[in-house]
Amino acid sequence: MAEPVLSVKDFTVEFWVDGVWYPAAMDMNFDVEAGKVTAIVGESGSGKSTTAMGLMSILASNARTHGSVKVKGEEMIGAPASLLRKFRGKEVAYIFQEPMTALNPVYTIGFQIVETLRTHFDIGPKEARLRAIELLTMVEIPDPEKSFEKYPHQLSGGQRQRAMIAQALACDPALLVADEPTTALDVTVQAEILDLMRGLKSRLNSAILLITHAMGVVADMADDILVMKDGRVVESGTADAIFNHPQHPYTKELLAAVPKLGHSAKRSLDFGSGAKPAPVLTLRDVTIEYPKRGRIPAFTAVKNFNLEIFPGEIVGLVGESGSGKTTVGRAAIGLIPIKSGELAIAGTDISRATQKDLSAIRRHTGIVFQDPASSLNPRLPIGESIGEPIYLAGLAKDAELNHLVEDLLDQVELPRSYRNRYPHELSGGQRQRVGIARALALTPDLLIADEPTSALDVSVQARFLELFQGLQEKLKFACLFISHDLAVVDILSHRVAVMQDGFLVEEGDRDAILKNPQQEYTRRLIEAVPVPDPAEQAMRRAARLAAKK
Amino acid sequence: MAILKRKKVEISSTDASENAIANKETEGLSQRQIVFRRFVRHRAAMISVFTLIFLILFVYTALDFKIGPWNIHGWWKYKVEDLPELRYKDCPNGNVGCPTFSLRPKFLGGSGFGLGDHPFGQDDIGRDYFALVMKGAQRSLMVMFIVGIIGGTIGTVVGSISGYFRGTVDAVLMRFTDFIITIPTIIIGSVIGFHFGNLGATFLALYLGLFAWTGLSRLVRGEFLKLRELEFVDAARVAGASNRRIIFKHILPNAVGVIIVSVTLLMSGAILLETALSYIGFGVVAPDVSLGLLISQYQDSFTSRPWLFWYPGFFIIAIALSVNFIGDGLRDAFDPRQRRRLSLKDRRAARIESSDSKGGE
Repeated sequence: MAEPVLSVKDFTVEFWVDGVWYPAAMDMNFDVEAGKVTAIVGESGSGKSTTAMGLMSILASNARTHGSVKVKGEEMIGAPASLLRKFRGKEVAYIFQEPMTALNPVYTIGFQIVETLRTHFDIGPKEARLRAIELLTMVEIPDPEKSFEKYPHQLSGGQRQRAMIAQALACDPALLVADEPTTALDVTVQAEILDLMRGLKSRLNSAILLITHAMGVVADMADDILVMKDGRVVESGTADAIFNHPQHPYTKELLAAVPKLGHSAKRSLDFGSGAKPAPVLTLRDVTIEYPKRGRIPAFTAVKNFNLEIFPGEIVGLVGESGSGKTTVGRAAIGLIPIKSGELAIAGTDISRATQKDLSAIRRHTGIVFQDPASSLNPRLPIGESIGEPIYLAGLAKDAELNHLVEDLLDQVELPRSYRNRYPHELSGGQRQRVGIARALALTPDLLIADEPTSALDVSVQARFLELFQGLQEKLKFACLFISHDLAVVDILSHRVAVMQDGFLVEEGDRDAILKNPQQEYTRRLIEAVPVPDPAEQAMRRAARLAAKK
Repeated sequence: MAILKRKKVEISSTDASENAIANKETEGLSQRQIVFRRFVRHRAAMISVFTLIFLILFVYTALDFKIGPWNIHGWWKYKVEDLPELRYKDCPNGNVGCPTFSLRPKFLGGSGFGLGDHPFGQDDIGRDYFALVMKGAQRSLMVMFIVGIIGGTIGTVVGSISGYFRGTVDAVLMRFTDFIITIPTIIIGSVIGFHFGNLGATFLALYLGLFAWTGLSRLVRGEFLKLRELEFVDAARVAGASNRRIIFKHILPNAVGVIIVSVTLLMSGAILLETALSYIGFGVVAPDVSLGLLISQYQDSFTSRPWLFWYPGFFIIAIALSVNFIGDGLRDAFDPRQRRRLSLKDRRAARIESSDSKGGE
């Protein structure tokens, strides 16, 4: 057997926090061979990124590493800075999560690739330019000659990620470390990037170390898998073994928590006998425009949008980033005015509402935001945040209000003592539950949930969804559930609406849309979702590639 | 409701491990406690806090202090108005009114430890210079606090309103701010001093405060522009909060770091501005006393009687420096990115420890 490209033994990374060495990754042992993909999976804080950065000692100044990391037989731990610099970029290249911040915005992407090339090879500018264009061609950027002169902000997210891959591949690295390479991308773009990486791997015979939390991506790419939890590898093995015969309870839990598209139980909504009740939310021919500001022209985010939501119904609104789904959600609650059309909540027309009309509908609506870090006021104890809508509606005060807040905390399964805590003392999942408690404070008829799970880990997400479903069955509110994750929408919703570029593409019963999509766009969206099962994913991939040709 | 009942378990392991490192520093602490703790760690700032408190007490208790009908007697034997006999003896180079304050012991040819009758010396007509410096320092401190309060209030209000409402309100307020910024402060001060100097130091401070808020208002505006886009503001709006409530209850407490820091720096600027104005003759005017005025009155005697420079100068530096250090400490404490770095000692200890563990293998 050939010598592995990367060989890690007893590798430990620790951080100095407040007088104590706090281990972030402990006793890592693994090898990565040429032409193979090894994936490290785990939830946030499990130490997977720290491990990746620690390999080449690119860590914060309060970190220390020990153990052994050998790249092509050369020891990296304790190596002099000059040797590390030689290896970085040349033998070990990195791809980061967010291409917008990983590429320097003031230089053209061509310049940045040439820079990498000329740091490591003794070549002239013209030669480097040719090589850079060759690389851009290889990563399938449209019109490489022109793209060479473009700045990062002139490219789309997927193209930026391609440019970064081109830069990483500039020196034919023996090892490519990809730290969440597709997390910031839409599913369709993600599928393309993964295809590209797979193609490059077989063509260049590099080893890939893939760091990700998405089980679908792992199933699509990995040959070997390491599962990390709290800084330790709890299980490792081939992709087939991990997915089909997981041994460790945590691995099983992790796999069970991953929502699977098309596997959820049937959900039907019974309106009882007779006609459908009046809709809670009606959007008729709605157009929403962001007005022009300075020299930036007006932008129409949503065009001629029609949707109705009936009492007790969850409607999933899906689409890629920039499709206008969040805008619809915000308009539906009166945070953004609509330009034309008709928008009614619980029978009240708010298309031309004044500030006073809006305060009346506030009692019937609630919203859960995407980012648990910024949706709670960091200076208010969470009890006060939850009680604010009740207090402002003038429904209760002091002791009575306290009582209501405690009830709400019980409902979202948080201990009552948490009411005096500040948001930063809670984890992401707990904060999101506080967000729900606040949204439900006035027992609304309509709840808008704007990507409430996209910032959560899978196991936290699974528990959140379970809680959400339970609450919805109990309280029977209507809900517009906005998400980019089709699997989540599949679990929750009765009906699904698909958006693209501000237009409603398709709308109908969940099963009708997800199992039998009529529109080309919906079909592409569903096909691009990676499934956490290597065998099935391989089939889906083949089908997708065949359809592309 | 089986789902709801089943999980009365406190916190699951996943929740607890999430952000473990990030939470470690902030476990069970409110924002205020964290800031306080970081501030206390800042050595220069803590020394400055105690220095400033000591200076304030020292300066204000030295002379008689009037609060309404009561008159609290100072511990210093002379008042500003007293005219003791001018000292002719024992001064070098035939000077008059030299300081009696001495640190040189007798066996080294000095006059031993002691304050003497006039520790800081006397001025031309024999007034006790220690009393004058105390009075001047009182004036300077008062100017500093008044400018801080007035400038801070106006700056915060203007900044929050224009940052929160944006649009026309913002444009009008910010152009007004620009207009005030373009006029050099020293010229505004001179004009104010020229017209109102004779009304006393309090009025001077009030008017200086009316022009000193511009920098602060810009900073607060920037902070508001940033904070108003956060989701908790939308959440408050959805909950039915009025603009006033959003500004004061939700956004302002989050901007308090920026405000406190720049107000402290504004105050140290104010003390220097007052000194400068008094020096050029447009600030506090005789018979009132201020540190800048003392320096300017005796600038001719710089070579012959340098102590008339030293003592007021020392107090200006001490006050301005400690306020500046406090401001620096606050800025570091409020900035969450300011994590404590590994000190050199810790680093060395760590290296020894890790080489030990390696050697053991």
